Amino acid sequence: MNQSINFSLLTSEVFLLCAICVILIVDLFQRDKERKLTFNLTLVSLVTLFILDVNQINVLREVGFYGHWVQDQLAVILKLAIYATTFIALLYARPFINHRALMRGEYYILTLFSVLGMMIMVSANSFLIVYLGLELLSLSLYALIALQRDSKSASESAVKYFVMGGLASGFLLYGISLMYGATGSILIADVAAHFNENQSSLIGKFGLVFIVIGLAFKFGAVPFHMWLPDIYHGAPSSISAFISSVPKIAAFGMAMRLLVEAFSQLVTDWSTMILILALLSVIFGNLIAVVQTNLKRLLAYSAIAHIGYFLLGIVTATPEGNSAAMFYIIVYALMTVAGFGIVILMSTEEKEYQNISDLRGLGRFHPWYGLMFAVVMVSMAGIPPFLGFWPKLEIFRQLILNDYIVEAVIAIAFSVVGLFYYLKVIKEMFFTDATDSPEITSSRSLKVAISVNCLLLVIIGLMPDSIFEYCISAFKAIS
Amino acid sequence: MIEKLPILSLLIWLPVFGALVVLFITGEKHRFISQWISLVSAVATLLLSLWAWSTFDSSRYYLQFVEDQSWITSLNIRYSLGVDGFSLPLIALTSLMTVIVIISSWNNIKIRSAHYLAAFLMMGGLMNGVFAATDAILFYVFWEAMLVPMFLIIGIWGGPNRIYATLKFFIYTFFGSVFLLIGLIYLGLEAKSFDIFAMHSMVLPLDTQELLFFAFLIAFAVKVPMWPVHTWLPDAHVEAPTGGSVILAAIMLKMGTYGFVRFMLPIVPDASMAMADLMIILSLIAVVYIGFVALAQRDMKKLVAYSSIAHMGFVTLGLFISFALIDKGSIPTAIMGIQGALIQVISHGFISGAMFLCIGVLYDRIHSREIADYGGVVNTMPKFAMFFMLFAMANAGLPGTSGFVGEFLVIIASLQVSFWIAVLAGLTLILAAGYTLWMYKRVVFGEVANEKVAQLKDLKLREYIVLIVLAALVLAFGFYPAPLLELMQPSVEHLIDCNLVSKLSPEGMCS
Repeated sequence: MNQSINFSLLTSEVFLLCAICVILIVDLFQRDKERKLTFNLTLVSLVTLFILDVNQINVLREVGFYGHWVQDQLAVILKLAIYATTFIALLYARPFINHRALMRGEYYILTLFSVLGMMIMVSANSFLIVYLGLELLSLSLYALIALQRDSKSASESAVKYFVMGGLASGFLLYGISLMYGATGSILIADVAAHFNENQSSLIGKFGLVFIVIGLAFKFGAVPFHMWLPDIYHGAPSSISAFISSVPKIAAFGMAMRLLVEAFSQLVTDWSTMILILALLSVIFGNLIAVVQTNLKRLLAYSAIAHIGYFLLGIVTATPEGNSAAMFYIIVYALMTVAGFGIVILMSTEEKEYQNISDLRGLGRFHPWYGLMFAVVMVSMAGIPPFLGFWPKLEIFRQLILNDYIVEAVIAIAFSVVGLFYYLKVIKEMFFTDATDSPEITSSRSLKVAISVNCLLLVIIGLMPDSIFEYCISAFKAIS
Repeated sequence: MIEKLPILSLLIWLPVFGALVVLFITGEKHRFISQWISLVSAVATLLLSLWAWSTFDSSRYYLQFVEDQSWITSLNIRYSLGVDGFSLPLIALTSLMTVIVIISSWNNIKIRSAHYLAAFLMMGGLMNGVFAATDAILFYVFWEAMLVPMFLIIGIWGGPNRIYATLKFFIYTFFGSVFLLIGLIYLGLEAKSFDIFAMHSMVLPLDTQELLFFAFLIAFAVKVPMWPVHTWLPDAHVEAPTGGSVILAAIMLKMGTYGFVRFMLPIVPDASMAMADLMIILSLIAVVYIGFVALAQRDMKKLVAYSSIAHMGFVTLGLFISFALIDKGSIPTAIMGIQGALIQVISHGFISGAMFLCIGVLYDRIHSREIADYGGVVNTMPKFAMFFMLFAMANAGLPGTSGFVGEFLVIIASLQVSFWIAVLAGLTLILAAGYTLWMYKRVVFGEVANEKVAQLKDLKLREYIVLIVLAALVLAFGFYPAPLLELMQPSVEHLIDCNLVSKLSPEGMCS
């Protein structure tokens, strides 16, 4: 079975690639300034992908292409989350890029290419494919940020992201080459088998360090987080919404393929490394976020803190812990995209409102959007019954179950610090006296999308099982 | 048919849905509609809770009106509700105070009045949820969710320093409750279920119990609040609008003591026994030291806030003095101590709520809470002065008012343990009389102090209704506390008999 070239495993990827080519050509012949057709075709292809994959949600694990490719429940669920979040991010992006020099067919093409890269990352079963997927994703993102050529901050971000991303890929590649030296294979299954039979050599551990660093760069975990706030801040908001949410889901898939599947025998080595990264991220992410005055930077530092909580789930190295982490990352993506969605909502043709103080009066003059943003903030802070509470609960439960009680106490104590800055945002919106507020001129579709996104945080918050069950079953199959 | 009604769910969700409806009926034009919808749903909730009280079988300790459904199966969290003698009176109190707050703030709120009423309704439902939940995580969900409306109430409709006060309030309580969450998760894993009563019958070694004790203590002591984590309360009270203060004092503080009774005493009895001395000392500091602090206040609301802390000190004293009494073998007195504490919980709900309403009546007219801005109010508002007098006396613990019963029982119980504890606790009668009546004298008696006081108008009908209801309850439970005592009796006895025995080994466990 392993030896076969079974294209049915690649249905969605092949479909997406064809769709991209078609959209690329169709876009060439468009005279419409708003690129309506391109936009609609992009959304349609995402929906089609979703439908294609939702039928496979209970798929059994199947390996093909000489062991380089795997299709299992984990991959399918992560792909579904990727499509859904990308869909939301594109809906948010449209009115934003309409007003700026961003409205070009490339925006959609590059987004779709990065989606393809992410699909490859989560389905990869060898180091080479992981790397290919990662690079396809990264290169599309660099270009996407640089799309706003006349913006100084966007170009700066793009270069920064490129240099940092290149560095991270370098680390990862170096780690992979060391691993290859230690085990003689780039297939994840072979590497795992090698470590099952042999004691891990020093060179293998050495390689592991570099792979973990590469992953940490991609997640933006402290101390490899420096690039993240600058890029979220500098990039156009619609792109920040995308890069802050969706790629994290894919990076989670990559982490699972590498750490859990390939290096399951090296767990004592990597779980301590991840633990340190996680605690540092929780502590510094939360502390630094307190002093931010720019909303996008605040969201960036809060993202770092969230990544810390999420990594704590992986630390336990149990299937339950991993499913908790998966739950966390999906919920995180949904919350972050909503957070940036509000930033997009408040930007007008001329101006982007990015400072926390710009929110003043939002709750008074636009109570509905004030409420929606408050829901996002409270959910991020982890107040029940909003969605953000449940993955935190599950992470803490797994930590305590695996005797990481001190770590759980530290992490939960810093969530109090986190609460402070989320409340600060709500304070600006509702409590500070204001005579006017940012105007909300955006299109109706954006307004509806944001309301739905935020209400989902409430509704799924009342029945978290609807996502969490799938996260559990994804890891049942692996263990 | 009517027996099958999910009455506890209704008590929780009726006000919440009422609030959601009211939330969308904004604008001055619809003010009338939003007010009436709020009032109707609050009154309906109150009637439901009274109906629950009347059909409650008070001869048994176990849970009644039980509802149990799976909620989050993968986390083993259930939507399970039930009430016993501890929680039912608190649910009734919550429903009553919600109605009172809605009536009392009828036309007083100038900005976004519909949202204000919605926030109170929402909070009423969620607080009922806290008292009715028998699944630990469900309890936690309500416990946290309830902070959000209060945070908004203080932050939006509060006084000049409201932002500081409301952030302090939220962060203080959240800080406490995250440790509660850790404790509950641990217990849930050990008991393999988040059912609170499954946690009650667990064997736990002493060092684990002590860790859990401190996790519970941080959470509940902040809520009670006990000295030295009380500092959020005066700030929150002073800045909160009248309704916010009423709910804070009458219900939210009760959640801390409810937590003690529901979680701490039954789950970690041995650690509580070991730490009883510490708790008694903290309670006495609250009673005596905070009593003196109250004496020095110039702001009426702050004074009542500090007096609340002192009175809540009595509650914790009553709860933990029972351990010393069990040690001595005098079980009936231990029961008395706990009963005294619980009576004090309910009675303080009426009295502190009424005190804040009285201050609110003055504040609405003169817009000052400074004692120095008043004087001679009796000349212009004689009827108000009468009500205020009654509540001030009750706050001071005058026999014949409900304030007396609880304090009396606790003092008697502590007398059995140590003369000096009783003396220190008894000081409260002098101190409370001192600060309350002195304030009363400065505000109400004497010459008319200034122009503003001279132009005061006496109570309106709305204010009458509210104050009469509370006055009647204060007097009724003062003269005849028996219904409340009977309602709680089996639960208290069960707590003492069963849950206060050692849980270090399975032999001592109660079935």
